Amino acid sequence: MPPEKLGSETTTVAAGPEPVLAPGHNYATISDKIAAVPLEVGWPRFWIVGFTITFSIVMMLLATITWLLARGVGIWGINIPVGWGFDIINFVWWIGIGHAGTLISAILLLLKQQWRMSISRSAEAMTLFAVACAGIFPLLHTGRPWLAYWMLPIPTVMSMWPQPRSPLLWDVFAVSTYGIISLVFWYVGLIPDLATMRDKARSRFGQVAYGALALGWRGSARHWNHYEMATLILAGMSTPLVLSVHTVVSFDFAISLIPGWHTTIFPPYFVAGAIYSGFAMVLTLAIPLRAWYKMQDFITMKHIDNMCKVMLATGWIVAYGYLMEAFMSWYSGNFWELFMMKNRATGPYGWSYWMLILFNVLIPQVLWLKKARRNVALVFITAIIINIGMWLERFVIIVTSLARDFVPSSWGMYYPTKYDWSMFIGTIGFFLCLMYVFVRLLPALSIFEIRTIVPRAEKGGSH
Amino acid sequence: MSQIFRPSSNAVSKISLLVVVLTVGFLGWALWGLAYSPFATRSKIPFDQPVPFSHKHHVGGLGIDCRYCHPVVERTAFAGMPATETCMSCHTMIWTNAPMLEPVRQSWATGKSLEWNRVHDLPGFVYFNHSIHVNKGIGCQSCHGRVDQMPLMYQVNTLYMDWCLECHRNPEKYVRPRDKVYQMDYEYPANQAEVGARLVAEYKIQKFTDCYTCHR
Repeated sequence: MPPEKLGSETTTVAAGPEPVLAPGHNYATISDKIAAVPLEVGWPRFWIVGFTITFSIVMMLLATITWLLARGVGIWGINIPVGWGFDIINFVWWIGIGHAGTLISAILLLLKQQWRMSISRSAEAMTLFAVACAGIFPLLHTGRPWLAYWMLPIPTVMSMWPQPRSPLLWDVFAVSTYGIISLVFWYVGLIPDLATMRDKARSRFGQVAYGALALGWRGSARHWNHYEMATLILAGMSTPLVLSVHTVVSFDFAISLIPGWHTTIFPPYFVAGAIYSGFAMVLTLAIPLRAWYKMQDFITMKHIDNMCKVMLATGWIVAYGYLMEAFMSWYSGNFWELFMMKNRATGPYGWSYWMLILFNVLIPQVLWLKKARRNVALVFITAIIINIGMWLERFVIIVTSLARDFVPSSWGMYYPTKYDWSMFIGTIGFFLCLMYVFVRLLPALSIFEIRTIVPRAEKGGSH
Repeated sequence: MSQIFRPSSNAVSKISLLVVVLTVGFLGWALWGLAYSPFATRSKIPFDQPVPFSHKHHVGGLGIDCRYCHPVVERTAFAGMPATETCMSCHTMIWTNAPMLEPVRQSWATGKSLEWNRVHDLPGFVYFNHSIHVNKGIGCQSCHGRVDQMPLMYQVNTLYMDWCLECHRNPEKYVRPRDKVYQMDYEYPANQAEVGARLVAEYKIQKFTDCYTCHR
């Protein structure tokens, strides 16, 4: 990707904050530009190549899952003592990634942040797809996914209800609530734009498909009134989810007695890490999106700059978490805690700990420099590094604590198998494949929301 | 530009919402009905057996005690099936040439056991013990129904876990005096709540509903 020309946005008015929409746009140009991606641009080469590759990876994922169902979870590298391996690492990683989308669409909405508008749609889509990827892992980890309905509070012939004392059950509720609310929020936010797509579509099929999905939206004052109410309610419901979902995920660990898991810092530290990795993933997706579809006017350098700052802030919360884990292991005076920390830093998995510190704490500090935040290629690479770093964080937490617990006779190493890798890479392919389909079929940026930030004098044009 | 949808689309979309709700409701109801149907539970279906043995005749008609043929029910997990010799203790003297009993005589002559088809077949992951149930005052009839009225044996209850738990959670509703366990036409007294509670205390019946009670 060619590096962005530096200083290209210095033409904006010097006084006041930097605008989050390039100058020269009115209602018509915004609608035309964004709606053109699904309707006019068609099948560009980068789309076909990217979709083909990711779709092949999805087929690999399906083949792996088929083999997994035939042979059982023994084909993975998990075994006693490391009973949670890639499956739970990937689950926590994917769930965390989704959090940025919810933060952008709910909390930033309530805080009336205008810069959220051009990234909210794709970030919410990212949330949905990340939750879909995350859900695959614990479901298959159960070993008998066809009995997964046992975890739901539904009447069955067993006359038995799920075990409310288990944090793994809290996960079921947290994640399914999260998935449902995210889906509804995303779809409700799409309705006005689906109506725009319906009106702009030229083929009969497009008109009917977008029209049916638009649920008869005509843009009347009544419709908008309902829309605003629904959005506020959904934002109010999603806001606690940003904090609660990863808190519950962290309980899977914090409720247990394993050194390195059994700590009260886990909930805030997990939530910050989730938002950290989520913004890294938003940037990983938004930077190619704006370059390929020429959306620099809508996803401006200001957006990238802001997201880098969010990453810096959450990155420091995470770094504080690492520091506190080390401090508490010493301050507690607990033999097992001390050993855990020593084992993490110098044990057989020490390389993963130091890579994590490098990727999550040291390298991202480059974002303090404004020049770095305005260098798209550098931001992209940093975002990828943070993605890897956050994955390593979960690896360190899960594997190092399990591999060496209280009794040396029960220690054991964990080695992922090729099926662990093909599941992990498979879900990345699944995630990207869904993103390709999403940008091809739906307006990837919110047309009507971006139109609300057009300066008054430039409104003009049709609507 | 002509309209994409006809005005009737409004009605269609609203009705389709209702249809979705009704369909989900109907599917749930149908699934529930199917789960409790004889098709799924194998209850109420008489089984074919190598010899069409009639409990109605032997228990209801002749008054033979359950324990004559199921001798270890008070001592072991399995109630016990009668050896061919048990059948022949009578059938060497009566109905000695009945064609219906030919397989029994064959078994006796060759020493090869009769292979009955199991009617009450619990899954392998369920541990069930007859002795504890009959010794704590649960009658045969409570689970097996009026065997004395069955020409061919069939399952009366679903054997689902909710059925087991109904009694494990409320044993006082089903317990009876120990000396009435083998009585087929036992009727619970009008004050069963009282009697049951007293028997639960007297027999020291515990309400075991932990997973490992049955899934060991």
